[in-house]
Amino acid sequence: MPSGAKKNRFNWYDAIVYSLLLLFTLLTLVPFLFVVGGSFASTKELLEKGVVLFPTQFSLDGYKYIFSTSTFITSLLVTVWITVSGTAVNLVMTILTAYPLSKSELKGQKICMMLIVFSMIFSGGMIPTYLVVKAFGMLDSYWSLIIPGAISGFNLIVIRNFFQQLPEGLEESAKIDGYNDLQILFRIVLPLSMPVIATFALFYAVGHWNTYFNAILYITDSAKWPIQVLLRQIVILSMGGIGDSNAFDVNFVPPAQTVKLAAIVVATVPILLIYPFLQRHFTQGMMLGAMKG
Amino acid sequence: MERGGIPLIEFNRGFGRFRHLVFKNRWLYLMLLPGMLYFLLLKYVPMWGILIAFKNFQPFLGFNDSEWVGLAHFERLFHDPGFVRLLRNTFVLAIYNILFFFPLPILLALLLHEVRKIAFKRWVQTVIYLPHFMSWVVVVGIVYVLFTTEDGVVNSVLLDLFGYKIEFLTSSEWFRTMITSEVIWKESGWGTIIFLAALAGVDPQLYEAARMDGASRLRLVWHISLPAMRSVIVILLILQLGKFMDNGFEQVFLMLNATNSDVGEVFDTYVYRVGITTGQFSYSTAVNLFKSVIGLVLVVVSNRLAKRFGEQGIY
Repeated sequence: MPSGAKKNRFNWYDAIVYSLLLLFTLLTLVPFLFVVGGSFASTKELLEKGVVLFPTQFSLDGYKYIFSTSTFITSLLVTVWITVSGTAVNLVMTILTAYPLSKSELKGQKICMMLIVFSMIFSGGMIPTYLVVKAFGMLDSYWSLIIPGAISGFNLIVIRNFFQQLPEGLEESAKIDGYNDLQILFRIVLPLSMPVIATFALFYAVGHWNTYFNAILYITDSAKWPIQVLLRQIVILSMGGIGDSNAFDVNFVPPAQTVKLAAIVVATVPILLIYPFLQRHFTQGMMLGAMKG
Repeated sequence: MERGGIPLIEFNRGFGRFRHLVFKNRWLYLMLLPGMLYFLLLKYVPMWGILIAFKNFQPFLGFNDSEWVGLAHFERLFHDPGFVRLLRNTFVLAIYNILFFFPLPILLALLLHEVRKIAFKRWVQTVIYLPHFMSWVVVVGIVYVLFTTEDGVVNSVLLDLFGYKIEFLTSSEWFRTMITSEVIWKESGWGTIIFLAALAGVDPQLYEAARMDGASRLRLVWHISLPAMRSVIVILLILQLGKFMDNGFEQVFLMLNATNSDVGEVFDTYVYRVGITTGQFSYSTAVNLFKSVIGLVLVVVSNRLAKRFGEQGIY
């Protein structure tokens, strides 16, 4: 740090550091603000200016329209369902597998770990996996969006490393009290691991919310499409209106741009709402995992 | 009585001990069962399924009864005039990624590490992590909305200032730039986490001592902060090389259209196109296998190089 005499002098070094970071932060923020701002702009303003950062006339036309279509609501519900049930499956499977693997004295633990690590480096690829999913009869069923990704090897290893760091004495004394391993896991280990579990719940949930490719691979029935697939139809392929509009006046369809912007916002906001609460945890969680490799 | 050279009594005792061990840990093994079944059925069975790359897989005949054709599918790939283009597109995107994206999280982490105002630092971090949580559909969607030639802001501004528009989304010239910029926008903030973790582990006394010796702040970065990140940089570079052939499938797939496929078609999108949409399962599995093997070779080579330079490597 500069000494006291220099304190008030303009510091070029700090100025450069802060302005570079500020620039990058704004570059990150502005595109999204354009989308959010534009989605609330009135049709007229949007047509005149293209995209609006701060709308002068507030309007909810885009949102009213997409929520008047049953297609959009259905795919939103599908996504909520996959996110909730998929994350539950992820957590149960990952925790149940990670806990025994954290016992390095357990016979066979090493082999299982090797199998898991190898499956992270090398995989069968798209077609053989597709054929397996098909053979299990999961095509066109929501299971195809849940089961093939039931455990992430990376998440599993981070959670296992966390379990390994817990003090052994706790589990020893529980064993003396007559707890079996399942009871120890649920009554002692899990309550101590909530921040880590919450972090990975977020990661898994984000994955399900954003699920796109598996959906176009495994789901051909458009009535079962999750929101990201529908979003691609609306925004990237510019399919214009979204199927059937019932509550709305049939003649009233807001311009494509408004619909697109509102759809992007609705497909993003749920994640943005959970994220700030967990930010501190996942920074720690990631560091834990990162350092252990 | 003997059995396979081991006296039966001892065999029984050994088996008994094994049974005891399994019984003692029965809950642990029971917990492990679903997870390991998952890995075997959904990760290892598909690996076995790679063998269809050497067969002529017919869905109605099934895996076992389809005939073996040896390397025929690989020969077809190597003789395909599009093969060189596929290889070039995949490599160029990967090289763009390493040249332009890879250094950015390192730079950002160094900048963040210099910030003393905690509130500012936290605000910057909150914002730059955010895009990581958006799907590729959303990111590409935002890009489409902002960059279209009809009513995108970027082109309206260009038109006002310079009097012309640029076809960002429907031309070959801009495809790679757009792909790399999108990766930078979405992931460079998130990428800082691991480097910040490495920087957090540096003993503050090191900085103090260097400052006493009259080192400037730039010198502290060069001689203390950067070396502290060295091993993480090497590990991430190896991992990056391992994914060299992957190109971020969803993103490329979403940005791809008829006007830019000459530079945009990469191995992953090709596998999907010929495999799923035209049903040539065996051929596209062969293409995928070729891709995976190149990726594996790159990991092994770069890991060996890392060790030669005195780093730990990933295995």
